Amino acid sequence: MSSSDERDGGERRPGFARRAWQALVVIVLWRVAGLRRGRERSQELEDPSRRRTGAAPWAERLLLGLFGLIALAAGSFVALFVLDPNTQLLGLALGAALALVAAALVIAGRWLVPQETEVEDRPRLADEHEVEQVVQQGRAGLDGITRRRLLAGAAGAAGLGVTAAVAIPVVALGPGIEDQLQRTPWHAGRALVDERGKPILADAVTEGSFLTAFAQGADRENLGSPVVVVRVDPTTLRLPGERSGWAPQGIVAYSKICTHAACAISLYRSPLSPTTQSRGPALVCPCHYSTFDVLDGGGVEFGPAGRPLPQLPLRIDAAGALRAGGPLSGPVGPSWFEDKS
Amino acid sequence: MSARAGSRRDRVADPVRFVDERLGAARALRFLMSYVFPDHWSFLLGEIALYSFVVLIASGTFLALFFDASSTQIVYHGGYGPLQGASMSAAYASSLHISFDVSGGLLARQLHHWAALVFVAAITLHLLRIVFTGAFRKPRDVNYFVGVTLLALAILEGFAGYSLPDDLLSGMGLAIAWAVAMSLPFVGGALATALWGGRFPGSGVFESRLYIAHVFVIPAILATLMAIHLAIIMIQRHSQFRGPGRREDNVVGTPLWPGYALRSLGLLAAVAAVLVLMGGLIQINPVWLWGAYHPYVGTNGAQPDWYLGWLIGALRLMPNLEIHVFGHTIVPNPFFGGVLFPGLVFALLYALPWLDRRFISRDYRRHDLLERPRENPLRTALAAALLAMVAVVFAAGSVDRLFFQFGFGYEGAIWFFRGAFFVVPAIAYVLTKRICLELARERAHPLRAWDGQVVVRNERGGFDAY
Repeated sequence: MSSSDERDGGERRPGFARRAWQALVVIVLWRVAGLRRGRERSQELEDPSRRRTGAAPWAERLLLGLFGLIALAAGSFVALFVLDPNTQLLGLALGAALALVAAALVIAGRWLVPQETEVEDRPRLADEHEVEQVVQQGRAGLDGITRRRLLAGAAGAAGLGVTAAVAIPVVALGPGIEDQLQRTPWHAGRALVDERGKPILADAVTEGSFLTAFAQGADRENLGSPVVVVRVDPTTLRLPGERSGWAPQGIVAYSKICTHAACAISLYRSPLSPTTQSRGPALVCPCHYSTFDVLDGGGVEFGPAGRPLPQLPLRIDAAGALRAGGPLSGPVGPSWFEDKS
Repeated sequence: MSARAGSRRDRVADPVRFVDERLGAARALRFLMSYVFPDHWSFLLGEIALYSFVVLIASGTFLALFFDASSTQIVYHGGYGPLQGASMSAAYASSLHISFDVSGGLLARQLHHWAALVFVAAITLHLLRIVFTGAFRKPRDVNYFVGVTLLALAILEGFAGYSLPDDLLSGMGLAIAWAVAMSLPFVGGALATALWGGRFPGSGVFESRLYIAHVFVIPAILATLMAIHLAIIMIQRHSQFRGPGRREDNVVGTPLWPGYALRSLGLLAAVAAVLVLMGGLIQINPVWLWGAYHPYVGTNGAQPDWYLGWLIGALRLMPNLEIHVFGHTIVPNPFFGGVLFPGLVFALLYALPWLDRRFISRDYRRHDLLERPRENPLRTALAAALLAMVAVVFAAGSVDRLFFQFGFGYEGAIWFFRGAFFVVPAIAYVLTKRICLELARERAHPLRAWDGQVVVRNERGGFDAY
């Protein structure tokens, strides 16, 4: 009994390897033959239909083994899920089970069931006779109606009315836009605070650093609120004439919301040496890299933004803290139709 | 009358008879079972898209059981240590909950994300196959329109999906989407304000609107269009490449039952297997690292999912042009990259069947045999030029990564890509046309040129060379 088992097993193993090798050769030959077939294109009238039956015995044995492995892998997914839901192991177990299912199905489809190539006639889509019939029948349905145009027009108007009635609730979606898009919390005297609500002291703003400030007491999620505060050498500033006094001690503040696509400006290019580097400090948006000149009042130096960054006039109060000297110099955020800039 | 011979049961005939006696469905079943699928690897791309969608529905349903689509601000106390006590939206907190506290949750999230990436990729490659082999010609032009619409909706669906978790990348993407909506001439402000329920980041209703769009409205349209797409294929039968016995008026291939059904189900399992393995082993969108979104935070080097790369590229390439008339901004800048460029590309795709029969192939007849790309050099070259143009813009979307990885200066690279936008499509056109003409002359396949001959013994004892 045991010896016959051993003999069977001993025979099966090299047999399987040989079969795998043969399968590989068959696949290669089949591909090459396929290439040959692909080159010949004058055989449109040849009948390619074939049917080959007879399951390969190795395929049946291989499938049995695969089904066992599938049960094992799927079972281990169940066990892992209950005992230790580790993402990597779960993915491996379920992925392995599905991969084995795929292998089993493809092997069954290719080597177990009958292999058929069939030729089917393609349906002729256009049928002039049928078209004629439909047109006639359609026209017949309008027989005896005299005021067709008037009725069609009236029905159209009715349809339009119903459509409008069904569509009008869309208006409920949004509030009015007038007060929504322009509002910012900034006005003269409003204090600049940091993320924890503490006032920002002028001395805390050092050259080369980059601070985000908000309007005191305002909703920080409001696009009009966040500003960027930086300090530059006051002698390098080239602000327009009407903005003199907006940058005490060389401290300037700009809206933090990019005028291109509303991302938060979170990059600051600060030259280490103003004498050797030709380009001055600039604020850069990380979404599409609009670059705004800090020295000339937020002008666009590079990138897609179409408007300068709104500047916030600053002053320093008696306690040395930063306060707004007035509203922002322009509308906050991306351009839109009603921008009066 | 069904013959119920004695008590003997027939396990095949009985269920078929049961169905047919009630629904008269045997005829339809016979049609389905003998439906013929031509064998070509490129025909599987559409199937891969379909099966990715199946995986998306399954994994997405699981995620929806745990996701809380609410922008209410809460304080986080969950399984992820570094964000303990941080204030964030309930949506972001539930994304963290799914990732860290739900069994298999992270697997489902990553599986869903990978499946979405593969879904759009498979649709895109499928579209390229259709365009380059002329499969959009009559009578398939009608189904081609359904397919192009599916691609547009798939991109929208993907964007809505990765905007939901309300992490930093979600928020940055939504800010840009809002700016693009605002940039529509005349109606932008009203439209964006209506959609967001106010100015960005919008009122609390926006997250629920995004959610219902992502889990119901768009998927329902996608599923309906897919059903229509498949139904039209079955009415017209598959197209096929030339080959022995293949003519315009027939279709040669493997019938659905049994061989093709098994192989196609095998493909479903294979797609699911690859996606599950990716979901388990390859990290994607670790939202816990990005942190919660606030309008005043941003990060450098942020990249969207791949299928939006061409839009971010277009937004970055566009020079800072805005059109002002009487103090009104008629055309704000994001319109060019975010609306005009994708609009033009999709308009060209929709117009392709008409352009092809009117100007390119000048052929109004019905075609069921596919062309190889070389057989229509003009169309292939024009399509390659359009593809090259989109590819250049797509590459321009990663210019910031080029800077981080290789140190290429950002501004110089943008100028390079602005030039490439005009030059590369021209080069692609000339090169593709040349290659097509050469190949057509030599009758060789570019990838598997076979110069040998097969010598076979014939019945008369001589030799035939093929």
